[in-house]
Amino acid sequence: MAHSEQEILAGLAEIVSEETGLPTDAVLPEKSFTDDLDIDSLSMMTIVTLAEEKFEVRIPDDEVKNLATVGDAVSFIAGAQA
Amino acid sequence: MSTVPEVVVTGLGATTPLGGDVPSTWRAALAGESGARPFENDWAERYEIGVSFGATIKVTPDQVLTRPEIKRMDPSAQYALIATREAWADAGAPEVDGERLGAVVSSGIGGIWTTLDAWDTLREKGGRRVLPMTVPMLMPNSPVAYVSLELGARAGAHALVSACASGAEAIGYGVEMIRSGRADVVVAGGTEATIHPMPIAAFAASRTLSLRNDDPTGASRPYDVDRDGFVIGEGAGVVVLESAAHAAARGARVYARIGGVGLSADGYHITSPEPSGDGQVRAMRAALADSGVAATDVVHVNAHATSTVVGDLIEARSIRGVLGDDADHVALSATKSMTGHLLGGAGALETIFTVLAVHERQAPPTINVENPDPELVLDLVRGTPRALPEGQIAAVNNSFGFGGHNVALVVTSA
Repeated sequence: MAHSEQEILAGLAEIVSEETGLPTDAVLPEKSFTDDLDIDSLSMMTIVTLAEEKFEVRIPDDEVKNLATVGDAVSFIAGAQA
Repeated sequence: MSTVPEVVVTGLGATTPLGGDVPSTWRAALAGESGARPFENDWAERYEIGVSFGATIKVTPDQVLTRPEIKRMDPSAQYALIATREAWADAGAPEVDGERLGAVVSSGIGGIWTTLDAWDTLREKGGRRVLPMTVPMLMPNSPVAYVSLELGARAGAHALVSACASGAEAIGYGVEMIRSGRADVVVAGGTEATIHPMPIAAFAASRTLSLRNDDPTGASRPYDVDRDGFVIGEGAGVVVLESAAHAAARGARVYARIGGVGLSADGYHITSPEPSGDGQVRAMRAALADSGVAATDVVHVNAHATSTVVGDLIEARSIRGVLGDDADHVALSATKSMTGHLLGGAGALETIFTVLAVHERQAPPTINVENPDPELVLDLVRGTPRALPEGQIAAVNNSFGFGGHNVALVVTSA
């Protein structure tokens, strides 16, 4: 079953919060993973791995570099859902 | 004229089956408490393992560390970090240039929880679900790497591996880093987190674990005639080592000195100690020679004594062989009777016990010795602590590991 963008944002915020210790309400669509949330490449790949499992999607490695903000990731995951 | 720096201990940290820090662990040890308890899981039935208890950590890391710290560290590194933070604070957080600060923290087995969890994930969910932090979490240098990151220790970060001698060897190497001039301060110790059904099944298969499932607290009984193997434990111990000059310059509290380091190998058998104890004797003699301490000044030995039928007596004879008649005035303690066997953490925790014994002038007890082995040729501290003499005193901590590794450290009063 497809998740709404709101559900994806909430789920992604939980993953990011677990990985970084930031509160979930700090994980907003306009936030940059690197500049605002201070997420390094290893943490980003952890988030991608966990998001793939949670939302049952495939996020190709080539795509990860295009996911600059939380909103980018939400949009990609929403579009990638079967 | 350059002289070799003396090395003192200025900070202690630990998380163990007896307590979440050094004061609670030491109090429990002096009180003769056991850290062994039944496992709160169904491993024994589910996996048909003959052992259903161990000395599990008293204060779990989720009570101390943040969620992200838990997620990115194997339990072995979590324990090391907890012990390091305590030791560093206990030392008064010395101001030292990072390039003069070293870290040596060992694990005997490494990140086995991470390794096996990742293998489970791979088999159940496929390779794409294996997390990218897996390698930095499972590598055996992960605990010391996190310690180095935590403190900005940049003189060198090392993880020497010698099974159950690892923690003591790490402290010995830390001493050498200061003596050789590579560092002024070194954080050194050992850690282990191996209470997982696979290694327990493997240790059980090698017939080295006690099978006293109906009496966990009575299972670790070094030198008792009814001893039947060791009790697996977990946790970490870390000390802050410092050149005596550096400690004096900042007015640091000094617990004791590490006066001598002795190392040897048996070259005999992959698990069994060499029966004559020759390697153990050479390690103790080397440590005493290195420290300049005479046998007559040794008043206490913290034995490796794991509660195995063969190993305990070989060590007792080795101690007698090194100290001769002077062994008569040695208070022998086997603290694994209380803590279980912390494997790579054991040598570090027992160094902390030895340092505190010298500092507070009391040797911790050995519990569960109802009928001492008649072949024991030493004065075992049983039941309650034993006062140690005033004046300049010295103690020896022995640690031996699978593979024939022997480490002896000589601790002297400050």
